[in-house]
Amino acid sequence: MITYREALHHALREEMTRDERVLIFGEDVVAYGGAYGVTSGLAKDFGEKRVFDAPIAEGVIAGAAVGAAMGGLRPVAELMTINFALLAADQIINHAAKVMHMFGGQMSVPLVIRAVGGGGAQLASTHSQSLEPMFAHVPGLKVVTPATPADGKGLLKSAIRDDDPVLFIEHALLYRVRGEVPEGEHLVPLGKAAVKREGKDITLVAYSRMTLVALQAADLLSQEGIEAEVVDLRSLRPLDTETVLASVRKTHRALTVEEAWRTYGIGAEIASRIQEEAFDDLDAPIRRISGVEVPLPYAKNLEQAAIPDAQRVMKAVKELLARTGV
Amino acid sequence: MVTEVVMPKMGYDMTEGTIVRWRKQEGDEVKRGDIIAEVETTKVTVEVEAYSSGILRKILVSEGQTVPVGEVVAIIADRDEPIPGVAEKAAPRERVPQAVKEAPRPEGADDEEAPRIPASPIARRIAREQGLDLRQVTGTGPGGRIIKEDIEGFLAKRPAEAPRPSPTPVAAAAPHEISYEERELSRLRQTIARRMAESKRVAPHFYVTSEIDMTEALKLRQGLNALGEGAKISVTDMLVKAAAKTLQEFPEVNASFADGKIRVYRRINIGIAVALDQGLVTPVLPDCDKKPLAQIAREAKELVERARTGRMRQEDLTPGTFTISNLGMFDVDDFVAVINPPEAAVLAVGSVIPRPVVVGGEVKVADRMRVTLSADHRVTDGAVAARFLQRFKLFLEQPLHLVS
Repeated sequence: MITYREALHHALREEMTRDERVLIFGEDVVAYGGAYGVTSGLAKDFGEKRVFDAPIAEGVIAGAAVGAAMGGLRPVAELMTINFALLAADQIINHAAKVMHMFGGQMSVPLVIRAVGGGGAQLASTHSQSLEPMFAHVPGLKVVTPATPADGKGLLKSAIRDDDPVLFIEHALLYRVRGEVPEGEHLVPLGKAAVKREGKDITLVAYSRMTLVALQAADLLSQEGIEAEVVDLRSLRPLDTETVLASVRKTHRALTVEEAWRTYGIGAEIASRIQEEAFDDLDAPIRRISGVEVPLPYAKNLEQAAIPDAQRVMKAVKELLARTGV
Repeated sequence: MVTEVVMPKMGYDMTEGTIVRWRKQEGDEVKRGDIIAEVETTKVTVEVEAYSSGILRKILVSEGQTVPVGEVVAIIADRDEPIPGVAEKAAPRERVPQAVKEAPRPEGADDEEAPRIPASPIARRIAREQGLDLRQVTGTGPGGRIIKEDIEGFLAKRPAEAPRPSPTPVAAAAPHEISYEERELSRLRQTIARRMAESKRVAPHFYVTSEIDMTEALKLRQGLNALGEGAKISVTDMLVKAAAKTLQEFPEVNASFADGKIRVYRRINIGIAVALDQGLVTPVLPDCDKKPLAQIAREAKELVERARTGRMRQEDLTPGTFTISNLGMFDVDDFVAVINPPEAAVLAVGSVIPRPVVVGGEVKVADRMRVTLSADHRVTDGAVAARFLQRFKLFLEQPLHLVS
C-alpha cells in the first residue's frame, strides 16, 4: 500500500530510468519537490539537466514543453495548479493540441502537463477550481484524471509514452490516499474507464476524487439494499462511452457525479451520450450531481457545502429509485 | 414549459380516480400550488394541486370520468406555446358518454388525441416487444411513471388472470321474500367492504382490553386548554401522543405482516378514524413520535376538518402504521375494531365514564375509559399487547409523560 503521491513519483522515476528523453520542469520541482512533493529527490538522482526549475511563468513552461516535445524529447511539465493553466491556455490549446493537425502530421507533441485540480483544501475561489471540462472540450488534447494510486501510476506512465499532448490532472485531496499499486511495469491505457464496483440498481459515473465519493455512497447504499455500480471514467478525453453504456444497459439508471460545475459539464456529456446510445434501456431520467455553481468559497463550511459528498449522492440515488406507491 | 397534470396516486392501493370537478377551466391562469381539480378516489375526495404555473391549456378528462393513476388529465403551458401531441381544439365541455370514451382504439395507432402515458424508455420497449398496451399498466414511478418493474409485474400476473365472469342473470324473486331496495355501493363503501373483509379473512385478530383512569389526563387537558395557547387539546390528541410514545417502545406493534416477513416501520404514522356520512375514513398524522402534543392537536384538528369537508390532501393519505378509533363521544362502554390493513393493530376507545373503583379497600368514583387493542396474531402476541396497554395506560394516568 502506497500513497497516490508515491505512486506518481514511482511512475516518473521508472519512466525517467527507462527513457532518457523524459525530462521534468516546473515551478519549484527541484528543491521543493514540486507543489505537492511528487518530484521530490528526482533532481538529485537524475541531475538538474533533466529535472529543473522554471520561472513563475506558466506560458513559458507550457511553451517550452511544446517546443521540447516537437524537438523529440518527452517533457513532463508541472503546473502548480490547474488554475494557472489558464495562463498557459494559448500554448496548450492553440499549440500543443493543434501542431500535429495543422502540419499534416509531420510532427507530434508528446508532452505531459501535470497539474492539480479540485477544491476542499480551503484555497479559495481562484485556487480550487475543477477546470478539466474546459480542457476536455478541446480536440487534440488528452485529459486524464486518476482517482486511485494504481491508476495514477499506470496512467502517468501511459501518458508519458503517448505521442499526443496529455493534460494529467491530479486532485489536491488525493495525495495521501493509499492503495495497492503493482510494482514495476504497470500501464493503464488512456481512454479506458473502469468499473470500480459492481451493482445492479444504478450506475454512478464519476472521475477523480468523486470516484471515491461515489464508492463511499455505494457502500452506504448497499447497507440499505441498494446496489450501485461505480464507473470511474479515468480519462475524460478520449472518453470511454462503451464501459458507461454497458453498465447502464445492466442497471437502467444513471447518476453522474462530478466536482466541476454542472452547466456544460462532464455529466452533461455523459448523460447526452447515454440517451443517444441507450435510450431504450433507461428506466429513469439521468441525473447529475456536481459542484455548486459558485466561485468556491473559502469558509470551510461553505466550501464543504459546495462540493458533492456521499450524502448528496445517496439522496439523489434514492430519489431516482423512488416509487410513488409505498 | 409544457407540464402534464396526471391522475395522482394517493394511498398505496389507489389505481384509478374520478375527476369530480374542474376548479379551473381551459384558458385560466394557474399558479403552482393552486387547486385545479377535485378527484374522487375509492376512499375520499381530494384536491389536485398544480405543480407548475402557466395557463391551463387543455383539459383531457372531463368531469365524471374515471382514469387510471398516472394518466394525463390536463396540460399546463405558456399561453402560445405549442403543445406536442395534443391537437389544439376545444375540449368537449359536456360530459362525454363513457361508452364513447372507452371505445377501443386501434392497436398501436398513435392517437393524436390520446394523452401520453408517462413511461420510461425501457418500459416502453418491453411493452412494445410484448405487444402490451401501456394503458393497462399502473405506473408506480415518480409522477406515476410506468417503470420496468411495473411492466414485469404486470406480465408476471397476466397469464394467471381469470377470465371475467359473464354477468349472471338476475334470479326471479322467490315467493315469500322480504321486499327490499337494492343500493349501489359508493366507492368509499366498496373500499371499506373490501378492506375490512380482507382484514378479517387474512389477519387473525386477538383482543386485549384495559381500563384507564383518566382523571389526571383530563385535569392536564383542562389546564393546558385554560392557557388558551394554540389549538384546544382533545382526548384523542392525548391518545395519539400516548400511542406514539408507546409504539416507540414497542416497534413490533408498529409493523405489518408482508410476504412471510414482518415489516417493522421506522416512522410512526397514526391514522385517526373519522366517521363521515358516507362512511369511515382514516386520515393519517405522520411522524407522531416526533411531534409535541400541541403540534399533534393543531395538525389533527386540521386533518379531521379536511376529512370532514372532503378536502383531503395527498399527504393526509400517507400509509399509516397504527390506527386509533375513538367512539368516546357516542357514549359507548367499549368496542372492538377491525384492523386497518396492512397495519398490525388498532386501538378502539370507549367513553370516559365515572365508574366506581376500589382504591385501598374503599369504593371511590373515578373517570375511567376502556380501550381495546385488536392485534394481528401473525405479527405479535397477547403478552406483548398486554404490556403495550400497560405502558399506554401509564402514560395517560401519569400524563406529564405526554408533555415531557
